[in-house]
Amino acid sequence: MPITRTEVEKIAKLANLELTDAEKDSFSGQLAAIVEYIDQLNELDTANVAPWQPRSVGNAATSHASRDDVVEPSLGQETALAQAPEPDEGHFTVPRVI
Amino acid sequence: MSNKLTIEEIHNLYESGDATPSEIVRTTLEKIEADNERLNAYLTINRENASIAATAMDADIRSAVKTKPLAGIPVVVKDNLCAARVRTTCGSQILGNYLPPYTATAVKKLEDAGAILVAKANMDEFAMGSSTENSAFGTVRNPINTDYVPGGSSGGSAVAVAAGHVPVSLGSDTGGSIRQPASFCGIVGLKPTYGRVSRFGLVAYASSLDQIGPFATSVKDAARVLTAISGHDRHDSTSVNEPVPDYLSALTGDIKGLRVGVPPECFGEGLDSEVKASVEAAITRLKDRGAEIVEVHLPHTKYVVAVYYLIATAEASSNLARFDGVRYGYRTEDARSLSELYRRTRDEGFGAEVKRRIMLGTFALSSGYYDAYYEKAQRVRAMLANDFAEAFNKCDVIATPTAPTPAFKVGEKSDDPLAMYLGDIYTVTINLAGVPAISIPCGASSAGLPIGLQLIGNHFDEARLLNAAFAYEQ
Repeated sequence: MPITRTEVEKIAKLANLELTDAEKDSFSGQLAAIVEYIDQLNELDTANVAPWQPRSVGNAATSHASRDDVVEPSLGQETALAQAPEPDEGHFTVPRVI
Repeated sequence: MSNKLTIEEIHNLYESGDATPSEIVRTTLEKIEADNERLNAYLTINRENASIAATAMDADIRSAVKTKPLAGIPVVVKDNLCAARVRTTCGSQILGNYLPPYTATAVKKLEDAGAILVAKANMDEFAMGSSTENSAFGTVRNPINTDYVPGGSSGGSAVAVAAGHVPVSLGSDTGGSIRQPASFCGIVGLKPTYGRVSRFGLVAYASSLDQIGPFATSVKDAARVLTAISGHDRHDSTSVNEPVPDYLSALTGDIKGLRVGVPPECFGEGLDSEVKASVEAAITRLKDRGAEIVEVHLPHTKYVVAVYYLIATAEASSNLARFDGVRYGYRTEDARSLSELYRRTRDEGFGAEVKRRIMLGTFALSSGYYDAYYEKAQRVRAMLANDFAEAFNKCDVIATPTAPTPAFKVGEKSDDPLAMYLGDIYTVTINLAGVPAISIPCGASSAGLPIGLQLIGNHFDEARLLNAAFAYEQ
């Protein structure tokens, strides 16, 4: 299946990626080649096969048990904000949205 | 001191008083610093912390080796594993200066067992690659021949062991990222069962596939590390509450009656003739040691790369949505809107392969294509998992090559993503099925490049898998 430049632009928008013109060109060719390869999956009849689900292997019952609902210490505001590129007065900041 | 020391050899030096952790760590740091310009295997050298930790162990090391399985052992971990307040980049500009506030469970368990973290290893950006050429911080070189790639994506962790810097290291394996570099560098690399090792503190790539595991020069050392890092963790809901055996004591070397399955589908078109000959000779050696060789079938082998690159990229496109320039990591300058902040941060912060995979995954999940691509892949994944269940009715372990070729040259495949992906044919299917597998050295090509034998086990059957590898290694 060909992946046109318009298609690439649409996918990039969905993925929140701003691609350069050169990237749009190279990705459309490369993605088309990959998707063409992937299309060989159509040789397989999967009409009667259920999609894969994470299977319970091993001792799943106790692994996924809920813990007691008690308050425990977490990172705290200072640590949580320590890696933010532009924190301000205890908040994460973003460009103005209204 | 010989170039490559095992854990046992280092412990013998400690017990006899011939070395202290400070001396071992100092020598290790010297080797790492001397070689890093040539190999580019490390992104952060944990010099000060490692020296302090080693000094604190000096006085009691002779008793510590009796109680702590990794006492005073220098280790390296891949740079997608968090260590508190140690730079963790994931090989990406978008996390170029990231200092995590907490330590990954697997790293903490190593430290609790007495290990000393000496460096964070270079890797393909977000573990996306098969050659460690996709790091934002430059290509890693294979220590056996620096014209060649070390494999990937855990290339730096493999080089750390193969170059003799540390006896063991940790990598992560989503589609072969431990086993393939182990094969290319001539060492042991193990991907445990999905759920065996907690991924808390591992930067996520594809969450239904990712698993952490060890590199080592010997099966014994891999078993020691697996014992240390395994187990249930309430911080990772996918970790499983199965008992953790002492994997080291399972290594008897006795494989009499072990049924080794050989799938002809993994020995056909595309397999290098020298690799084929070496792996077949390795299977003969297992037979000579008492194993019974049986034919099994993995009939959907030709489809595994297609399935993997749909599922892994779909999960990646979702996991990497968190990198938005708001809470941590790189942020673009002077964005005028929130949307522009996201788009430009991600365009400037991610490298080409990461963008390519986010694009492919977004495509596979998008309206109009979801059924034909993502869901189709999940249906075929169910068929692949079933193939393994049937094969393990007839055998105990399965033997295949780890990779279809030995290491390739730096730059050889970097412009052709599909050619790079096709080299993952024998490894990705193991992650799709969730079973454990190990790569062990089984020879070399005429050019002197290592070849790896892959042994695959059933879910949570690492003890038997490691013993098969150990029997081969003897």
